[in-house]
Amino acid sequence: MIEIQNLSKTFSVSGGEVQALKNISLTINDGDIFGIIGMSGAGKSTLVRCINMLERPTEGHVIINGRDMAALSDTELRAERRNIAMIFQSFNLLMQRSCLRNVCFPLELAGMKRAEAKKRAMELLELVGLPDKARSYPAQLSGGQQQRVAIARALATDPKVLLCDEATSALDPNTTHSILQLIKDINEKLGITVVIITHQMSVVEEICDHVAILDGGEVAEQGAVGTVFSSPKSDAARRLVFPTGADVLVSDPHDEKRLRVTFNGADAAGSPLIARMAVEKNVLANILAASTRRLDDKVYGTMLLALPGGDADFEAAKQFLQSVDGVVVEEV
Amino acid sequence: MLEKMFTSASVEEALRVLQEEIPFAIWETFYVTVLSTLLAVVIGLPLGVLLVAGDKSGVRPLPKPFMAALNVIINLLRSIPFLILMIMVFPLSRLIIGTTVGTPATVVPLVVAAFPFVARLVESSLREVNPNIIEAAQSMGASPFQIVWKVMLPESVPSLISNFTIAITTVLGYSAMSGIIGGGGLGKIAINYGYYRYKYLVMVIAVILLIIIVQIFQSIGTAATVKSDKRLK
Repeated sequence: MIEIQNLSKTFSVSGGEVQALKNISLTINDGDIFGIIGMSGAGKSTLVRCINMLERPTEGHVIINGRDMAALSDTELRAERRNIAMIFQSFNLLMQRSCLRNVCFPLELAGMKRAEAKKRAMELLELVGLPDKARSYPAQLSGGQQQRVAIARALATDPKVLLCDEATSALDPNTTHSILQLIKDINEKLGITVVIITHQMSVVEEICDHVAILDGGEVAEQGAVGTVFSSPKSDAARRLVFPTGADVLVSDPHDEKRLRVTFNGADAAGSPLIARMAVEKNVLANILAASTRRLDDKVYGTMLLALPGGDADFEAAKQFLQSVDGVVVEEV
Repeated sequence: MLEKMFTSASVEEALRVLQEEIPFAIWETFYVTVLSTLLAVVIGLPLGVLLVAGDKSGVRPLPKPFMAALNVIINLLRSIPFLILMIMVFPLSRLIIGTTVGTPATVVPLVVAAFPFVARLVESSLREVNPNIIEAAQSMGASPFQIVWKVMLPESVPSLISNFTIAITTVLGYSAMSGIIGGGGLGKIAINYGYYRYKYLVMVIAVILLIIIVQIFQSIGTAATVKSDKRLK
C-alpha cells in the first residue's frame, strides 16, 4: 500500500518560491491501477517523483508498505527503489546498449551475475513480446517497442510498484492501447500496483480502477473512476470530463427551462430516450450539449436539455426522465 | 624565396634530411604526441568526471570550495600560453625526468598543458548525456559511482572519442612547438632548418608531414566515433 500523507513540495526559483504540490493525501491499494490525471503544470510529475524520492517532499510523508521513504538512508533508498520501478514518456533507454543489455541494466546494478541477468532479461523480452529485438539498439526500434523494452527493464527486479510517468504520451493511439493492455496484463499476472500519471482521459478510462484529479498542485477530486467521471464535482474534473465544455450554453436562456440529465451507469443511452419522450409524451426537447462514455459496459454521461414548451412540458419531461433507471435529472 | 628553395644544393640537402633525419623525427613526433595525450587523458578524464558529477546539480555534489578550486586551477593552466608554460614547468620536468631538454622532457609540459584541456572536453561530453537517462538510472537504485561508470561514460563514448581526437591533434601542434626547448620531432626539424638556417624546403616538407599525421589521426578518430555510436541506425 502506498500512503501519501499531507505531502507538499516547494521549489525555490529565482525571485521566489513555487509551490508545486499542496497538502496532497492519497492512498493507493496493493494491486490497484491508480491514475493521477491533470493538465500540464498541475504537479503530476512532481508527485510521482516524490513517491520514489527522485524529488524530496518539502513536507509530509510517503509510506510504502509501512516504510517512510523520506526516512531511509541513501543505501536503503537505493535498495527500496528496486521495488518501485518507473517508466517514462521518453522511454529513457540507454542508447549505447542493446535492448537485452538495457534489460540487464537494473540486474547489474543489483549485482546479479552477467549470465544469469541475460537469462532473466531474455524472459522479460519474451513477456513484452520482443524476443527478436534482443540484439537491436534502441535507436532501431519504434516508440512503442522502446516502451516495451523499458517495461521489461522496469520489471527486471520484480518490483511491487510500477510508476508510469506519461508513459503513453509520446505514442500514437493504437500503440497507446497496446502498451496499456500490456500494463494491465502485468498488473493482473504479477499483481503489481500501478500508478499512472497522464493528461489523457482515455488512458484513465481504459485501465484505471481509481483516479485522483490534480489541479494547481492540489487533489481536486478522487475516487473510483466510474464515480468521478460520471458525476464530476470539481471544476477541474468537469474540465477534464467535458473538455469541450458541456456547460456552455448554445441558445438564449430566456423563456425556456433547462434540465441536466445524468446517465449514471444506465442502459439508457442504448435506447432513444429523447425520441421516446417526443413520441410518448409529446414533449419536444432541444439538446444543447451531450457527452456520454462507456465504462465497464455501463454508460455514463450527461446531456443538457432545453425545453421551450413551457411549464407543463417541463414537468412532463422531468417525470418521464426520472422514471428511467440510472438516470438522474436536475434543474439548471 | 621560391628560387632559393629549389636550387640543386637545397634539394640535395632536403633529400638528405628526408632520408637521414625525418624517419626518426616522425617516430619522435608520433610517440610524444600519443604518450602525452594518453597521460593527459589519464589525468583529465577523472577530473572531467569530477567537474560534472561534483557539480551542485550533479549525481554526487561535492563541497563548493573544492569545485571552485578545481575550476580555478583548470582555467589557470588553460590560460597560460604553451610557449611560456614549457619554460615554467622546467622545475617539474627536472623533478620527474631529471632534465629539462630533449624529447622525453617535453612530455611533461605537454601533459601539463593538455590535461586541463582534456578535463574540459570530458566535461562537455558528459554534460551531453540525457539527464532523463540519468534520472531513470537513479529510479532503478543506481549509486553515483554506478551512474558515472555504467551510464555517463558508456553513453558518451562517441563524443569522448571525438573529443580525444581533438585533443590528440592539439597536442601534436604543441609537440611541434616543443622543438624550441630541444624536443625532437618534425617541429624541431622545421625550426632548425627553416627558422635558424633558412632552409625553407626542409621546413615545408616537415609541415606537410605534420599535416598528413593530423589527417591520419582525424580520420581514425572520426571513423571510431561513427562506429561506436549506436544511436545512428
